[in-house]
Amino acid sequence: MASTSTLTTATGAKRARPRRASWYAGLLGSDFAWGLAFVLPYLAVFLLFVIYPVAYGLWLGSDPRSYTKLFADPIYIETIINTVIYLAVGVNVKLFLALLLSGFFMRPGWWTKTLLLVFILPWAVPAIPTFISWHWMLNGQWGLINNAIWDLFQTDGPPWLDVAHLAMGSVIVAYIWKWLPFWTVIFLAGRMAIPKELYEAGAVDGATGFRRFVHITFPLMANLYIVCTLLSTIWTLGDFNTVHFVSGGGPALQTHVLATLGIRDAFELADPNMGMAAVITALPLLIPLVIFLMRKLSTSEVHL
Amino acid sequence: MSTVARRRLGNAGAGLVGILILIWTLLPLYNMVLVAVQQKEDVFATNVFPPHPTLESFYAVFEESYWYLANFWRQMGNSAYIGVAVALLTLAIGSMTSYAITRLRIRLGWLLTNAALVTYVIPMSFLAIPFYRIMKTYGLADNAWAVILVEVTFATPYAIFIFSQYSASIPHELDEAARIDGASPLQIFFRIYLPLMAPALVAIGTYALLLAWNEYLYAFLLLSSDSTITVPVALGKFLNSDEAPWNYLMAASIVYALPPLVIYYIFRRYMSAGLTMGGVKG
Repeated sequence: MASTSTLTTATGAKRARPRRASWYAGLLGSDFAWGLAFVLPYLAVFLLFVIYPVAYGLWLGSDPRSYTKLFADPIYIETIINTVIYLAVGVNVKLFLALLLSGFFMRPGWWTKTLLLVFILPWAVPAIPTFISWHWMLNGQWGLINNAIWDLFQTDGPPWLDVAHLAMGSVIVAYIWKWLPFWTVIFLAGRMAIPKELYEAGAVDGATGFRRFVHITFPLMANLYIVCTLLSTIWTLGDFNTVHFVSGGGPALQTHVLATLGIRDAFELADPNMGMAAVITALPLLIPLVIFLMRKLSTSEVHL
Repeated sequence: MSTVARRRLGNAGAGLVGILILIWTLLPLYNMVLVAVQQKEDVFATNVFPPHPTLESFYAVFEESYWYLANFWRQMGNSAYIGVAVALLTLAIGSMTSYAITRLRIRLGWLLTNAALVTYVIPMSFLAIPFYRIMKTYGLADNAWAVILVEVTFATPYAIFIFSQYSASIPHELDEAARIDGASPLQIFFRIYLPLMAPALVAIGTYALLLAWNEYLYAFLLLSSDSTITVPVALGKFLNSDEAPWNYLMAASIVYALPPLVIYYIFRRYMSAGLTMGGVKG
């Protein structure tokens, strides 16, 4: 046969070209079949467990009466305020501290490296036990914080979880404690990616300390910082565990956020339509954040 | 100020910051240990250090000798079962999808990437209410698989990103060479793609395992009986009971927190590789 004779006589380059064309042409159909087989599981997951629940959730929350009931609930307005405070203060303080701390962990030496291993602990330990620990630690009567305050200053600490604004503050502090290590590690990686030459060149021009941070580090990290802020805001909007375990929404339901209020309305009040309505009222905040994040991701060099 | 004096001041400042970080980080963890090593009566006292440290509450956890702990090891088993199943399914579905998108280069692959991206930015808790109903209609009420499927749904998008990015570092010539030797896409997937993806697989496997082990809300909503719930749900129930023996609760918490901690520190290198790989090219 002609093809076998070319196989035995022709050089590698000559041999490759016709064969290549033929298997592309011949396998196009079966390639598509293979591709389909490989994406089928994810396609099924996406349709059954993303599209269907989202559509079902929107349908559950489509009754206008749930919204009139929701807006008539005095707790709802307070929840909105709490959610905004939680996001604005919690996310920004956490990320700014993480940015500063990532600079601290850039210091050379064995002890900062060891400290980093310890510092990572809140992130590595499961959330629920630590939030339960925070809850008990903040107990006004028997908690570790007030015991320590008594030992140090001979005075009674405040009942942290029995006053609304203190309870909200406690939730935010516990939240920062839990998530600070994760973002510090992200920023640490971002700082390590900055070429040393830039700092050396800056040093020649007299940029040290604070000016070095303002003129070199921050401009180069700005995109990463914005993407992290957006992503963290989105995740925090859906955060259920911190509020649920640290304050439990109390005292007198004054520290709920939208994520916990939705669950409370749906399951404690047994009104899933109202719960879903509470969740849906977060969409005017969530959707712009997501669009902004997508834009940022597609135009900048930051990858997730 | 001389440079030496300034450097000394800087070092002293750094030392102070270090001590503050240490106290801040360890305080809630110390609190767990403090409560766990005390007798029940000592917990309700104003101690900063345990007056009579004892491991009694850990024995109670190991022997399940308190009624609230009666199913503790069963629940640890449930957590482990769900964690391993979520990890394996996430790895399987994620690697298959990224193989189809980046290697087989299927048409409309970008649509799948965007579908994953959209899933990634939906807060998990926002779909809890519809999922609760849906799992009932699927006949999966009080079934571990309900939780597994939900967690796989939320873990897979991240897996697809990381795999797709990592996949770019594997030369396409390898696939082409294998094809010329007559390998089918399936053989290339198992013999070339998966082995070369090993570091990313370890990173994502650990990520999915820890995600499932730590997850609370869905396990709480979808599981109900004492023999099917996971440990965090049991801890939450414990917390909400009228009479909560805090020393047992904290001892159980510590036992539950140790396995992920060990896994985390063993696979930390892979995890941080995954993070920087996925993290930042700012």
